[in-house]
Amino acid sequence: MEFFFAPFLNNGFMLNALGAGSLVAVACGIVGTFVVLRGLAFLGDALAHGVLPGVALALLWGFPGFIGAAVGSLAMIGGISWVTKKSKLTADTAIGLLFVGMLALGVVLVSQSQSFSGDLIKVLFGQFLGISTQDLWIQGIVTLVLGLVAWIFHRPFLLLCFSDEQAQVSGYNAKFYHFLLLVMIAVTVIVSFQTVGTLLVFGMLLAPAAASSLLSRRLGTMMLIASALGILCVYLGLLFSYHYNLAAGASVVLVAVGIFFLVLLFSLGKKGGPAHE
Amino acid sequence: MNKSGIELHNLAIGYDKSPVITGMNLTLPLGKTLALVGGNGSGKSTLLKTLAGLLPPLAGTLEVLGAKPGKQPLKISYHGQFHPNTFLLPLRSIDVVRMARFPHRGYFGRITQEDENLIQNSLAQMDALELAEKPINSLSGGQKQRVFLAHTLAREADLVLLDEPTAGLDVPGSELYGKMIQELKNQGKTLIIATHSIKEAAQCDFVLLLASRVVDFGTPAQVMTSVNLMETFGLVAQLSGNDILIVDPHHGHDHP
Repeated sequence: MEFFFAPFLNNGFMLNALGAGSLVAVACGIVGTFVVLRGLAFLGDALAHGVLPGVALALLWGFPGFIGAAVGSLAMIGGISWVTKKSKLTADTAIGLLFVGMLALGVVLVSQSQSFSGDLIKVLFGQFLGISTQDLWIQGIVTLVLGLVAWIFHRPFLLLCFSDEQAQVSGYNAKFYHFLLLVMIAVTVIVSFQTVGTLLVFGMLLAPAAASSLLSRRLGTMMLIASALGILCVYLGLLFSYHYNLAAGASVVLVAVGIFFLVLLFSLGKKGGPAHE
Repeated sequence: MNKSGIELHNLAIGYDKSPVITGMNLTLPLGKTLALVGGNGSGKSTLLKTLAGLLPPLAGTLEVLGAKPGKQPLKISYHGQFHPNTFLLPLRSIDVVRMARFPHRGYFGRITQEDENLIQNSLAQMDALELAEKPINSLSGGQKQRVFLAHTLAREADLVLLDEPTAGLDVPGSELYGKMIQELKNQGKTLIIATHSIKEAAQCDFVLLLASRVVDFGTPAQVMTSVNLMETFGLVAQLSGNDILIVDPHHGHDHP
């Protein structure tokens, strides 16, 4: 028993990490469900990495990291929309271009200064074990707002997952709701990167929701299961990281991806194969 | 008030300022059925999307049930050409049909018992009751199409826009579809159906022959002449600006 609970009960930083990680898990469970259902995984990935130059600049100029991340996300979303519209290339190509461009810009910016290579590690992999109470509050409020937005607009969002055209014909502005979803993904990335890092927030966005999509047939259930799986991943990842001295953020994401494959094997065994044509 | 289903005046339709068809004029009375007939790329889907409010008209005016397109979501339903491969939803079929009631109930309005009955009836009409609890992404193409048609039915719209609705349907499925159309006609709905099938077109009140332009419009007896059909489907070279367009007759996936 002590193995399972003592690390959290005896260490304030571990309890904060569990709290913040759980909030990240819930935010990622809600937003990740839409990412999986609407096939926005690549965009989510690009957003998670595209914030890097923004964060690097913020650190360089002494702004809070999340402002830099917000500007980075906006540049990413705006750039993708602009390239897609003007060049008639697919969104994949536009996302890929912006993705590597922003990542390279981030690395170039970072290479300009030796002083914050330590900060860079924090940005990329998070400061899971250095969460303050204020961070917890911010994460909590943002998670609540994301949940509220998802609940208020669950019908247009559901229709959008079904078909953009059906959402539009049903009287919901498909472009607006698509944009709202992108903003929700960006907000999730921005508030979560401090905890699990930009490289790993994507894992939390995708893995629990993907596993949940194999288990659920309703939107609400999918979000609930994704959130619960996410919390389980955070708990197990932190536990392993504490006992075996592993990197916390990476441990959490490894557990998340591991759980996805377990769920996949389970669903394969149950149905004799995923139920696709 | 003018009781017309749709009214087109000098309408130009297309994507991003590149017109597919220009100068369209026609009036379809309320409660009538119109078949859009033409090969691939002839403008059928573009016209349906414009009527549904998914594409803005490029020029001219267009009234759908007495208003601008896209302004009356409760009255209009649109059955587009779905692309099953991009369809990731693990949702159950019944939930897909239930979505048809969202416009009627807003953001939070409860789905009523009346709605539920309608959903069940629509599924029953397409012989899809046994598919109701199955995840939509586990169904075959024809089964999906039946669920989508049930969705269209459950919209209870006054104007029903159908883009190649029989694609993927087997013989029993096509028969169910035929009955569905007949019932919608009996209810006095206005129907506009894009089809490759001359047989289906012949059963409509009006036919619009398209080949990147309006070939002809009128009753089936008036317009479905061999000369017109040759122009619509046949190997025809035509001048469009400075370009010569060739309309390939072997491109359609249904028999003309």
